Amino acid sequence: MSDSPLIRLRGITKTYGNGVAAFQALKGIDLDIPAGQFVAIMGPSGSGKSTALNLLGCLDGPSSGSYRFRDIGVDTLDRQQRALLRRHCLGFVFQGFNLLARTSAQENVELPLLYRGAETAQRHAAAREALAHVGLTGWEHHTPAELSGGQQQRVAIARAIVTRPLLLLADEPTGNLDSQRGHEIMELLVTLNRQQGITIVMVTHEPEMADYADRIIRFSDGLVASDHEKERA
Amino acid sequence: MTQMLLNALLLALRAIRRNLMRSFLTVLGVVIGVAAVITMVTLGNGATRMVSDQISSLGSNLLILRPGQQLGPGRDSAGAQNFKLSDVDAIESQIPSLRAVAPVVGSKVTLVAGNQNWQSQVNGTTNAYLTTGNWTLAAGRSFEDDEESAGKAVCILGNTVRKQLFGNVSPIGNELRVKNFSCQVIGLLRAKGQGAMGQDQDDIVLMPVRTAQRRLIGNVTDVSMLMLSLRDGVSADPVMEQIRRLMRERRKLAEHMDDDFHVMDTKQIAETLSGTIRTMTGLLGAVAAVSLLVGGIGIMNIMLVSVTERTREIGIRLAIGALEHEVLLQFLIEAVVLSALGGLIGIALSLVVCLALTALMHMPFLFNPGINLLAFFFSALIGIVFGYMPARRAAGLDPIVALRFE
Ligand SMILES: Nc1ncnc2c1ncn2[C@@H]1O[C@H](COP(=O)(O)OP(=O)(O)OP(=O)(O)O)[C@@H](O)[C@H]1O
Ligand SMILES: [Mg+2]
Repeated sequence: MSDSPLIRLRGITKTYGNGVAAFQALKGIDLDIPAGQFVAIMGPSGSGKSTALNLLGCLDGPSSGSYRFRDIGVDTLDRQQRALLRRHCLGFVFQGFNLLARTSAQENVELPLLYRGAETAQRHAAAREALAHVGLTGWEHHTPAELSGGQQQRVAIARAIVTRPLLLLADEPTGNLDSQRGHEIMELLVTLNRQQGITIVMVTHEPEMADYADRIIRFSDGLVASDHEKERA
Repeated sequence: MTQMLLNALLLALRAIRRNLMRSFLTVLGVVIGVAAVITMVTLGNGATRMVSDQISSLGSNLLILRPGQQLGPGRDSAGAQNFKLSDVDAIESQIPSLRAVAPVVGSKVTLVAGNQNWQSQVNGTTNAYLTTGNWTLAAGRSFEDDEESAGKAVCILGNTVRKQLFGNVSPIGNELRVKNFSCQVIGLLRAKGQGAMGQDQDDIVLMPVRTAQRRLIGNVTDVSMLMLSLRDGVSADPVMEQIRRLMRERRKLAEHMDDDFHVMDTKQIAETLSGTIRTMTGLLGAVAAVSLLVGGIGIMNIMLVSVTERTREIGIRLAIGALEHEVLLQFLIEAVVLSALGGLIGIALSLVVCLALTALMHMPFLFNPGINLLAFFFSALIGIVFGYMPARRAAGLDPIVALRFE
């Protein structure tokens, strides 16, 4: 492994809209995240956490600044290459879940594997395993409309981890869960992080969840306000 | 590559299953369009064929002479002088290639027999009418010479008139009230069935021309039409020209004047009629095209209504690693499957409807592969365009934009 970090952000800004309606959600972020780290991002609502996560997930491009992922300049990639990067390296848990409607939990979780071209049998098994990890055994054939908010959130987590991505991006993955479920999910993330070396960047409002992370970055008004790294236990 | 195609197929089929209502409505739109167009055109073709069949069954040796110019743009038939009975004699004696010349004068009147009454066409004519119209007698006799010359009150019935007025009783020798006079039934025509325009040819009564002139029309010299039949093996054109010349002479038309009458042979009659039918078919086709369009607009509506959901779905797929062309392939397959399904069902439906309707209307069923293909491809195209275009736009967006689409 080279010593360059998995993620390197330099001078990242993001402006939404233009003219008088323009709003700068990120005002210059510099950040290095080494491979294998478990990072929690905190900060008040509207401080740009989701915006930053979307940039990291290559779902959106920055207005200025550079983003290097595994030492590759993401801005040099075309649409297709970025899609392939998402397919093979990234897992994303959206703040709003973004599950396919009228589609069973099982099929939702299988979807990223399908795009990776996995075999049918392997796809089924992996999806069932991922659903079991988030405590949804027995709920495979329910559609999002038949699941509670917390259950939908767990399906979204299962969909993000089923591919065992290099980098897992999670936007408030425990936001809809009771604290016991939340802790279970955190244990799962820690396990994935420790045992499989999955790098995790997680946005959370809850300090007790952030405690599971190796490093806590606080956003404020589009800037990094503080950045604390802990010793691993 | 095949893996990708299989995946896209799987996803497309899942999408169809997931959106059953939307899929159903799309298919329905295509079905309606396809079935309507094919049915209309097939029925139109059948009708045209039926007319031409029936006209050719009239025989190729019939000519019809009518006053006025042949109808058409800028032609005029009003005010033209009728023919005289003496014209019949003149034509008979001067044109030997004709086998029979029948004067016709008639009107639609009410007939009464016993306590039954019936409206029917009553034609005053001569026995020559039986030759020109290819009629044979089922019972009784034709007119005697003295009945024709004196204009006696006798008549020959068509089969429909017999059925309506006499039921199963033989009408021969019975009395029939025609308008305001009483007439003795002397003969019965053998049934012919439906005519070229679907009219009932057997709904007719024949009586001597002088009887009709005096007691029905009140004009003792005029006849409104002559029916002429050619001898076998004689070609129509030169005879028609002879008739024209003779009639111009008898009507004293000067060199520069147009004919104020016209002669038609069966070919022309057929052309006139099938021209009318073609116009009808065209109209039906236009109606059908509109329904195809309406079907298309229905599809477009369904697709536009679901565009928000589709866009978000496409955003999700792109976000979790689908490539733009994979998403497009999926939506294209979905549109193709639905449209093709709709097209096939539409063709099957039109087959059933056409078979039923042609049987009902005693029309030949002519399968027209061209219109089937055309309707199928056109509606498939509509389905594909409207199913695929919104997806195409959405797949070109940034994932985050597609996800936030409202
Ligand atoms: N698509 C957009 N168009 C315009 N403004 C946007 C857009 N997305 C976000 N913003 C603005 O950018 C700012 C940061 O938004 P962001 O979603 O990153 O906040 P956040 O830190 O995730 O907040 P929360 O904790 O509530 O999720 C907000 O003020 C928001 O209004
Ligand atoms: Mg957020």
